[in-house]
Amino acid sequence: MNILVFVESAEGKIKKTSIEAVVYAHAMGGAVTAIALGSVESSELEALGKYGAKKVLHASDSKLNQGIIQAYASVLVSAMKDEQADILILANSSLGTPVAARVAAKIGASLASNVVELPNTSSGFVVKRSIYTGKAFAHVELKNAKKVLGLKKNAAEIKEVGAAVSVTPYSTSLVDADFATKITSSEKATGEVLLPEANIVVSGGRGMKGPENWGMLEELAKTLHAATGCSKPVSDMNWRPHHEHVGQTGVKVAPQLYIAVGISGAIQHLAGVNSSKCIVVINKDPEAPFFKAADYGIVGDAFEIIPKLTEAIKASK
Amino acid sequence: MKILVCISHVPDTTSKINFTDNNTKFDSNGVQFIIGPYDDYALARAIEIKEASGATVTVLNVGPADTEPTIRKALAIGADDAIRVNAEPTDSFFVAAQIAEQAKAGGYDLILMGRESIDYNSGVVHGIVGEMLGMPSISPVMKLEIEGNTAKLAREIEGGKEFLEVNLPFVAGCQEPIAEWKIPNMRGIMSARTKPLKVVEPSAVDSGVKLQKFELPAPKGSVKMISPDNVGELVTLLKNEAKVL
Ligand SMILES: Cc1cc2nc3c(=O)[nH]c(=O)nc-3n(C[C@H](O)[C@H](O)[C@H](O)COP(=O)(O)OP(=O)(O)OC[C@H]3O[C@@H](n4cnc5c(N)ncnc54)[C@H](O)[C@@H]3O)c2cc1C
Ligand SMILES: Nc1ncnc2c1ncn2[C@@H]1O[C@H](COP(=O)(O)O)[C@@H](O)[C@H]1O
Repeated sequence: MNILVFVESAEGKIKKTSIEAVVYAHAMGGAVTAIALGSVESSELEALGKYGAKKVLHASDSKLNQGIIQAYASVLVSAMKDEQADILILANSSLGTPVAARVAAKIGASLASNVVELPNTSSGFVVKRSIYTGKAFAHVELKNAKKVLGLKKNAAEIKEVGAAVSVTPYSTSLVDADFATKITSSEKATGEVLLPEANIVVSGGRGMKGPENWGMLEELAKTLHAATGCSKPVSDMNWRPHHEHVGQTGVKVAPQLYIAVGISGAIQHLAGVNSSKCIVVINKDPEAPFFKAADYGIVGDAFEIIPKLTEAIKASK
Repeated sequence: MKILVCISHVPDTTSKINFTDNNTKFDSNGVQFIIGPYDDYALARAIEIKEASGATVTVLNVGPADTEPTIRKALAIGADDAIRVNAEPTDSFFVAAQIAEQAKAGGYDLILMGRESIDYNSGVVHGIVGEMLGMPSISPVMKLEIEGNTAKLAREIEGGKEFLEVNLPFVAGCQEPIAEWKIPNMRGIMSARTKPLKVVEPSAVDSGVKLQKFELPAPKGSVKMISPDNVGELVTLLKNEAKVL
């Protein structure tokens, strides 16, 4: 069984969720080829061998420096053919998921996104996927010989299983139609911990009163090497950028630790955080519904507790 | 301009999710159904475009007869007519194939969907439809402006956004803040009753996925409360008990 893994990068570095995808593919027991598109540091690519890739392809055509959904899908389809891979695995993301859809449609593959654990192959090929925004799971059988799997964060635990490999350049034959959409510019926070990838998230709600009070949350986040998030009203009021909005209609996070400050815990917010391993809630209202979904809670004023918490963490280091 | 908006009919975001028949069927007992929240953004943007520069807006749902109140709501919000493909929306590929077929027949300039449905959360139907129609597909779209034959869009990426240009026709999966949800008014609700809603039978599609069973997550243990005067204890617990620091 040959498996192709599409690995995504940000600022030249392979994303952690993509490394999880390589580990996942290796754990399935196939021959794993990883492929990266656009500019990525070569040491990063070589290191994929450590996580289970037998072979690493790099399509470094500068036209692929931008994540164009159609062009990426075309490259992955031809790489699957060249590598005689029946299975494509990638991490769900704003690029990965739409690309997976187009690849599956092109090659007639069975498709499942938001897969949370290794497939069960005792009879057929059955994957467990997260549905109803984390409120349930479905076990679905993928019947076609060709399969495309989009993984939810934490579908595999990163561990080293091998040694670095050398990188094989992969040349592409892209056509104009692949570039029918043109990316004219982008705005991106650099050097920050990305919210969907973060191990720890510090999130603030309307209880923070205004954007001017975010400094203390950023300070806490910095101390924990965490990403910052927020509730929907906070991004609706432009206190924080939209890509920080967590919940049913925003980013779904799955960190080790989610710290919610001044967020009431509306069911739509919880839908975006219910895959977190541990939830801490800080709210001045003991009746706030978030406490029911929390592992640890503190009832009190965020403006007093947050600086104390930041100090306590610094002191414990 | 002709716009097609594909809407899913999904449990209200506050619904408790349960299953029946040995965990093989969704339990709709006591559940309110709504237009998918992302699809609702797509619809709102379509209506804005119609109001600003003239367009006809058709809504499409793949679903059994009980989705009709949801479709009527979309008509009340301002869509001109509707199509219902009479079938259970069993999987993304099946749904996409039905949408693609209707889209081909209708010759739309713009096909808007939500970034994902909130029942299956696949986020893939727009991509599959785009591929089936040989059109670009772009998702998640947070801004959409049409100027003649081209569109300017913003797409959300991790940690930011990117700006794109594409010629019509194309498929987009929408999310906020592309538009604000619209609430139907009395006149809309009255006129929706008589707007055309065409029911068509599905075409046979060989689907590559099969549901075996559903599962609910393990219930959460109870919360441990910590005194606000002893924040240090929280840090200790996160380190030694939860082992997340
Ligand atoms: C279809 C739909 C989709 C939605 N999607 C989302 C979504 O994706 N994400 C999302 O977040 N919401 C979503 N919502 C909105 C959701 O229902 C809530 O309105 C929202 O989450 C509330 O945000 P909040 O907790 O910040 O504000 P509030 O509910 O106003 O809560 C503020 C909290 O802060 C506490 N507080 C106030 N002062 C302090 C203080 N000094 N110290 C400590 N605590 C304090 C209060 O006790 C209160 O609990 C959606 C709604 C709908 C209808
Ligand atoms: N049964 C359906 N009928 C019409 N449109 C649908 C249906 N299911 C999904 N869609 C559209 O496809 C988008 C993506 O859905 P999904 O790939 O299931 O997450 C949704 O936001 C809807 O716009």
